[in-house]
Amino acid sequence: MNLKPQRTDVLVVGAGPAGIAAAIAAATHGSKVLVLDDNAAEGGQIWRRDIATTLNPARPEVQDARQAALRAAFHKSGAELLPGRRVVDAPRPGILHTIADTPAGPMPESFAWDRLILATGARERFMPFPGWTLPGVVGAGGLQALVKGGYPVAGRRVIVAGTGPLLLAVAAHLRHYGARIVCIVEQAALSQLAPFAASLWSHPAKVKQGIRYRAALANVPYSIGWWPVAVEKASSGILVRLTNGKRTLAEPCDLLACGFHLVPNTELAELLGCKRNGDVVDVNEQQQTSVPGIFCAGEPTGIAGLDAALVQGEIAGLAAAGQTQHSSVLRRKRAKEHAFGQRLNTAFRLRPEVCSLSGPETIVCRCEDVNFAQLQGHDSWTEAKLQTRCGMGPCQGRICGPAVQSLFGWRTTSVRPPIFPVPIGAFGNNDSESLEDLTKFQETE
Amino acid sequence: MSEGVTATKTVTIWINGSASRVPSGSVVSAAMLAAGEPCRRSISGEPRTALCGMGICFECRAVVDGVTQQRTCQLVCREGMRVETQS
Repeated sequence: MNLKPQRTDVLVVGAGPAGIAAAIAAATHGSKVLVLDDNAAEGGQIWRRDIATTLNPARPEVQDARQAALRAAFHKSGAELLPGRRVVDAPRPGILHTIADTPAGPMPESFAWDRLILATGARERFMPFPGWTLPGVVGAGGLQALVKGGYPVAGRRVIVAGTGPLLLAVAAHLRHYGARIVCIVEQAALSQLAPFAASLWSHPAKVKQGIRYRAALANVPYSIGWWPVAVEKASSGILVRLTNGKRTLAEPCDLLACGFHLVPNTELAELLGCKRNGDVVDVNEQQQTSVPGIFCAGEPTGIAGLDAALVQGEIAGLAAAGQTQHSSVLRRKRAKEHAFGQRLNTAFRLRPEVCSLSGPETIVCRCEDVNFAQLQGHDSWTEAKLQTRCGMGPCQGRICGPAVQSLFGWRTTSVRPPIFPVPIGAFGNNDSESLEDLTKFQETE
Repeated sequence: MSEGVTATKTVTIWINGSASRVPSGSVVSAAMLAAGEPCRRSISGEPRTALCGMGICFECRAVVDGVTQQRTCQLVCREGMRVETQS
């Protein structure tokens, strides 16, 4: 198998807003830029392509002018997008290994970079509760992605629950596609949300967007200070039990779209040895991590939303292209969005009740079917992992890790390659030691 | 064409042996959810469908054209594709 690395000045991992902004900045300042992404097209999750739009351009487009402009600038910039690839290993400084799933089987590739920009985005946080593994319970962003991918949601009764600004965006999108939104259920207390809302005066664009969502969701109940406690199968669809701590309601629906804000994707940064600050990747003024030549932008440096991702991406791209004297305008913008992110995370922090919804039988690790009772009594993530296999399935703790941190206070331990499962034999058996490590990976099923 | 301007292209895939006609460009996990078929059965036998929709959670793994462990939320339906619940 030929694994001769493709060389580039700047390698960007992730083609969401931060990665796109970084790639444009670096490419327009003379760097050769390659951009890797796991998905089929650029846009990340927030700008994921909608097949309805692709199929029928006459359909009213959700895409805003800024998104269209950035996509156009990206395609003109000279940066090359390499979609459908997941990064699995960083065997030595300056090299990343990727896998692409192709109809002909998994295809390994290798990339050699001078500067690396990590724009790996975020995922939803899922909190276990009885019934959360039933078909019909989907992530909030998860259902939005499925609908963009052709799931016919028209006429379905949907409850959108959890926490975070994503809930409103998802509900508005689903309703646009004809879903019957039963209610939106936000766990944050009004006393947390009110100061956040009041602080938005300095972000008029975000206020406008909020007003647009509310208008799109006219007549849909928005229950603040409520949360889901259990889901059961019903004769038709599912039954979702909701509470505000005093009263409990049972609402029938077809789908529960449920997510509890976002968790930064820091696995690749950790594999590369970049220092974390709490749960996020530590970066300096240039968006450079603790490892020289490796930059990080967007949600992995702290959940702060689209505007933060764009400005951080631009700064990272400029810095990676050697333009370290970026303007004070960019720095001010970044500081403002960073402050917004901190207020966001305070407003939508989890209430303690949401961290104790599991019953003894509630599955926490979906890959290995490890339940809450099996995890009780262990002292650490490492011990629980060894005893129960929690976090050792193919998602490698990406879903149960943040849940376990909220449930037990355990922090996930060091990241080891491959950071995504590699089918046995994908790299053949004739390559370097690190590739031998890769092939040692055991599929779990 | 009798269906007029609302016509969109479709492809037919086979989900656990039954034909499903879906808009072209549909992702496989969305087609499976619409068909009411689980993507996989968990270690303890529970039916599971896509959770994250973005390739992270691995709940949407299914057997696609005989190949196991395929993340169906990252996979676009191709004409004649055969998809089976993975157990």
